[in-house]
Amino acid sequence: MKLSSKDLLGIKELTKDEIILILDTASGFKGVLKRNIKKVPALRGKTAVNLFFEPSTRTRTSFELAEKRLSLDVLNLSVTTSSVVKGESLIDTALNVQALGADFMVIRHSSSGAAHLLSKNVNASVINAGDGINEHPTQALLDAFTIKEKIGKIEGLKIAIVGDILHSRVAKSNIYLLTKFGAEVRLIGPPTLVPQELEKLGVKVFHDMDSGLDGVNVVMALRIQMERQGKGFFPSTLEYSKNWGLTSERLFKADKDAIVMHPGPINRGVEVASDVADGPRSVILEQVTNGLAVRMAVMYLLAGVRE
Amino acid sequence: MKILIKNAHIIDPLQGIDGIGDILVEEGKIKGIEQKSRRAEEQKKTPPQPPLDKGGIKRGVDSELRTIDATGLYVLPGLIDMHTHLREPGYEYKETIKTGTAAAVKGGFTTVCAMPNTNPVNDNSSVTDFIIRKAIQEGACAVYPIGAITKGQKGEELAEMGIMYAEGCVAFSDDGNPVMNSLIMRRALEYSRAFKVPIISHCEDTNLSEGGVMNEGLLSLTLGLKGIPSEAEEIMICRDLALAELTGGKLHIAHVSTEGSVRIIREAKKRGINITAETCPHYFSITENTVEGYNTNAKVNPPLRTQKDVDAIKQGLKDGTIDVIATDHAPHHRDEKLREFDHAPSGISGLETALGLSLNLVHEDVLTMRQLVEKMAVNPANILGLNKETLKVGSDADVVIVDVNKEYKVEAEGFISKGKNTPFEGLVLKGMPVITICKGKIYE
Repeated sequence: MKLSSKDLLGIKELTKDEIILILDTASGFKGVLKRNIKKVPALRGKTAVNLFFEPSTRTRTSFELAEKRLSLDVLNLSVTTSSVVKGESLIDTALNVQALGADFMVIRHSSSGAAHLLSKNVNASVINAGDGINEHPTQALLDAFTIKEKIGKIEGLKIAIVGDILHSRVAKSNIYLLTKFGAEVRLIGPPTLVPQELEKLGVKVFHDMDSGLDGVNVVMALRIQMERQGKGFFPSTLEYSKNWGLTSERLFKADKDAIVMHPGPINRGVEVASDVADGPRSVILEQVTNGLAVRMAVMYLLAGVRE
Repeated sequence: MKILIKNAHIIDPLQGIDGIGDILVEEGKIKGIEQKSRRAEEQKKTPPQPPLDKGGIKRGVDSELRTIDATGLYVLPGLIDMHTHLREPGYEYKETIKTGTAAAVKGGFTTVCAMPNTNPVNDNSSVTDFIIRKAIQEGACAVYPIGAITKGQKGEELAEMGIMYAEGCVAFSDDGNPVMNSLIMRRALEYSRAFKVPIISHCEDTNLSEGGVMNEGLLSLTLGLKGIPSEAEEIMICRDLALAELTGGKLHIAHVSTEGSVRIIREAKKRGINITAETCPHYFSITENTVEGYNTNAKVNPPLRTQKDVDAIKQGLKDGTIDVIATDHAPHHRDEKLREFDHAPSGISGLETALGLSLNLVHEDVLTMRQLVEKMAVNPANILGLNKETLKVGSDADVVIVDVNKEYKVEAEGFISKGKNTPFEGLVLKGMPVITICKGKIYE
């Protein structure tokens, strides 16, 4: 089986079978990462360009390392969006990169649909590393990989996503993925950040932590962006953490074997208490490791589409 | 040069004409109009009438006479677009008065009203004068400028409406930028009464719509695009209605896009408030779904809404709540639309598809041909006080000949407008203007 598109734009665009293929392939690469020599020659001679129009540390380094593990030649381009607004268009930047011989373009951009725009205008494989408030597909894939690894399945699980769903591309990608796999997805947070409209996607909306967390197998806490404060979404981070912060007391509501996830970076004491983040149920650092394997799998499979 | 249009189905609501007849044009004016037969159903009711204008049309060989056989075609008063962005001065790379009016004529329009968001803004009589002169020199059709309500369209200080009115502005609008300050809007509606000119309001609460790029709803959530709720439009319509009632000013609501707006305007009209309203073809033809795939050609402000809004707009047109179909022709350069959805400018190049899309309403029995002519010629002329809405003898010979059955595919590359930004690319439309006559000049 092959993926149907040369690009990975979002989970929306993938079928369940394609997701399973990516996760299975990632298992193989995770084995590679445990070896003494962690590099494979799979994509030697090919070039990946990481186009980051938004500041990012963890996603960019994860992609870069995944690329290096696949023996790709790697180019990092960090461009602030503002300089693009002033000057060169996104398409022109991409065409220049393509002229350098890029086979992969990994793009992180503050505008939703930026990866889609790129995919229509270049021949290289475009991988969406987060576009605006639309999607962050590799994050959802690594989350799914982690859940499967820890619990063994996704189907039938109760999974709570807590926080700023409205502005979270991670949450969006996870909603699409987890509902495709038949999980019961619960979104928890203040009404200003969790639109009721999302229930049309087959998820449940909660504004109260205790009822939302009741019996869940997985809790995903999302980072609360400080810049939302003062924009009327919630009065203060203090009030936010009092109502929707994940504390060890609140975690008692969840299933006794529940795992705690977070896409990072964490605001300790705001959306998740330190003892939870560092506690025995936390799989946050394993998510980071799995991110490498998943991103290797994605690039490997996309290369297969273009062959 | 004389033009004789023969055997046309003439519709002229002002004269009560809806039947087969001939029209003679001489020296840019309507010289004669003769109705030969009324529509069949009317013939049953009333006995045949004598020719409307005996002896007006001279038969015979005349080298200066161009005869147009319009058998099977409609002949209407030239269409009037009361909401056009011609972009000149300042944005000539998007459109010029020359290209914009040529596009208008191709679309069946013989009069367009130029919105003031040019650079510099048309907020003073020098710019007004420039537009009028340029239109006389290079324009294919009549151009009436609309002046800004406030200086620089900033919503702070009234522009010199009286002087601009004397120079030729027919209405005032800060289109694109709503006047957010209620006191300034009140003053504008009050002050403009001195000149009996309408204030055209772009209704949008910009606090509520902040950062929005499409209609708010499930689709905006799943595309990750910031939404603009219908209420951003409806709240401002409510405010402006209240201010119109307070001041007695002449309020015209631009580009109505939502079901709620139609309901609010309908109720206000029932209460006798002196307001008029327009919508645009895209608001009764397509929905927000056109945005899917981050299609920047479907980015427009107000945004494309949902099917229930489309249905309500049609109903509003049918029952007279909405008086006018305007294009909100907003041409942009190709490069500007080839961008991230967030960064692409709003607007649709509409002059060359407006009639075809509006004729769909006739094909769907939402409007009669007569009502269509009212929405696209008679009512705009009345609202703006233009004597441009009839084929009466002595009027300017502004005429459009329409083949309502001719099918064709929309192809932006073929647009005369510099703006190729249309969400209707590839759509098959039924009905197009075949000949447009502006003050006796034939465009075909």
